[in-house]
Amino acid sequence: MASELPVLLPIAAPPGPSAFRPRAWHGLALAALVLLSAGIADAQGAGAARSSVFAALAKWTPLLLRGFGFNILISFAAMAIGTALGMVLGLCQISLLPPVRRIAWAIMQFFRNAPWLVLLFFAMFMLPFQIRIGSLVIPLPDWLKAVFGLALPVMANVGEIVRGAIGSIASGQWEAAESLAFTRRQQLWSIILPQCIKRMLPPWMNLYAILTMATVLASIVGVTEVMTLASQVEAAEGGRTDLLTPLYAWILLWFFLYSYPIARLTQRLERRYAVRI
Amino acid sequence: MSWTPDRPIVEVADVHKSFGHVEVLKGVSLDVAKSEVICIIGPSGSGKSTLIRCINALTPFERGSIRVAGIEVHDPKLDKLELRRRVGMVFQQYNLFPHRTALQNVMMAPIQVLGQKRKAVEKRAYALLAKVRLQGREHAYPGEMSGGQQQRVAIARSLAMNPDVMLFDEVTSALDPETVKEVLATIKQLADEGMTCILVTHEMRFARDVADHIYFTDRGVIVEHAPPEEFFANPRDPRTREFLGQVL
Repeated sequence: MASELPVLLPIAAPPGPSAFRPRAWHGLALAALVLLSAGIADAQGAGAARSSVFAALAKWTPLLLRGFGFNILISFAAMAIGTALGMVLGLCQISLLPPVRRIAWAIMQFFRNAPWLVLLFFAMFMLPFQIRIGSLVIPLPDWLKAVFGLALPVMANVGEIVRGAIGSIASGQWEAAESLAFTRRQQLWSIILPQCIKRMLPPWMNLYAILTMATVLASIVGVTEVMTLASQVEAAEGGRTDLLTPLYAWILLWFFLYSYPIARLTQRLERRYAVRI
Repeated sequence: MSWTPDRPIVEVADVHKSFGHVEVLKGVSLDVAKSEVICIIGPSGSGKSTLIRCINALTPFERGSIRVAGIEVHDPKLDKLELRRRVGMVFQQYNLFPHRTALQNVMMAPIQVLGQKRKAVEKRAYALLAKVRLQGREHAYPGEMSGGQQQRVAIARSLAMNPDVMLFDEVTSALDPETVKEVLATIKQLADEGMTCILVTHEMRFARDVADHIYFTDRGVIVEHAPPEEFFANPRDPRTREFLGQVL
C-alpha cells in the first residue's frame, strides 16, 4: 500500500444504502433457516416423548395456509378499496377548485403519515359491528373492518402515486390537448391518464407488497389470520420453545414466496419504463 | 360577434400581459387578414410566444382585446373550446401524444371534440399525413419518429380540426438543420393554399420567403412591421437594424 503513488482518485459518490431488492437467495436463506432450526431442535430433543418439529409443522400447515389465504384476501380487498378511493383522492388534488385540492391534500397527508396500526385500531373501534339501513342489516365482521383500516393508508399512498404520475407528465401535453379543444375531462382521460398508467404501475405494486406484509397487523386486533393461528398453534403444542423459530421462519418463507415474484415483476417494469417516454 | 370577410380574421389591439412584475407585452396590436401569413420575429424574451399564446387563450392577458373570426378572446365569458376549434397551434416541442400512433394523434380531436364519424376521420387523417409527406408512417409512434416527422404529424393533427387560423410557435427551433427544411416546406405549402398563418420564427430566409407581412418585436412592443421586401431591405428602426445585423 505504501508504495502506491499518490494519485488523485476519481471522486465517486460514497456508496449509500441502496433500496432493498429481494433476491432469490433471500428465500433460500429463509428455507435453510426453517430446515436448520427444525433439524437442530429435533437433534437436541431426540428420543423425547414429543413429536418432531417437522411433524408438527406438517400437521399444522393446512390450517396455517388457510390463515395465510385470509391474509391474501384481506390484502386484495384493502388494495381494491384503497386504489379506488386513492384514484379519486389523487384526481381531487389536480382539481381546478382550490378548496377541493386543499381538502384532498389534507386527507392524503393525514392518512399517509399516520401509523398503519393506529389507523387499523381506529377502524376497528370506530366502525360499528353492523350497519342498519332500514330493515337491511349488514354485519361488519372484524376482518372487514381490518380491510377498511388497511385501505385507508393504501388510499393515501395511491393518491400520492396518482398525483405524482400526473405531475410528471410534461405540461406541453396539457397545452397540446387544450389547443385541440379537448375538454378538461377529455384531456385527463384520453391523454394524461393513459400515459400515467405505466408510471403508476411499479409504485402501485410496491405498495401492494408492503400492504401484504402489513396484513399481519390484523392479528393484533383479533382477526384470525396467519399470525393469530401461529400463536394458537404454538399454544396447542404446549408452548414448546423449539417450535418457535421454525414455525415463524416457515410463515416468513410463505410471505417471501408470495412477494418475491411481485417484486421481480415490479423491478422489470421499472426498468422498462425508466428509459422510454 | 360574427366575422365578415372584409374584416381581419385576427385583430389584436393594445394587448398587455405581465408575469408578476415583468410586463412582457406592453400594448401590442396587429391585424391579420384571411389567408394572410405573418411572421413575428425578434430577440428572445421579446414576448413573441406569449403573444401567440394569447391568441388561442393559452395565456390570459390583462388589457386590450383580441378577436379571432368574430370570437372575443378578451371576453371573460369566452368559450375557449369554440375558440380552439377555430385556431390550430403547433408547438416548438411538437407535443404529440406519445401513447398514440401518428394516425391516432391526428384522429383523436376530430372524433372526440367535433364528434365526426370515425370512418370519415380516418380517411382524412390518411390524406393529411400524405399531405405532410408521411405516407407509410401512419402507424409509427412518436418515439419512433424523427423530430421533423413528429412536427409534421403535429401540423397534420392541427389541420384535422379544419382551423381558420394556424399558430406556429418556433416550430423549427428544436429541430436539426436537415429536418427544418421538410417542416418549412410543409408550412409553405399551407401558406400557398391560403391558410391563415401566424408564425413566430427565427428562420429569416423562410420569413422573407413565405410571409405577407413581418412584425418585429422587442421588449414587449412591436417596433416596426412591413412587407418582407421592405422590411429586410430598409429596416427603419435602429433596433431592427441591430437585430437583423446580428442574425443575417
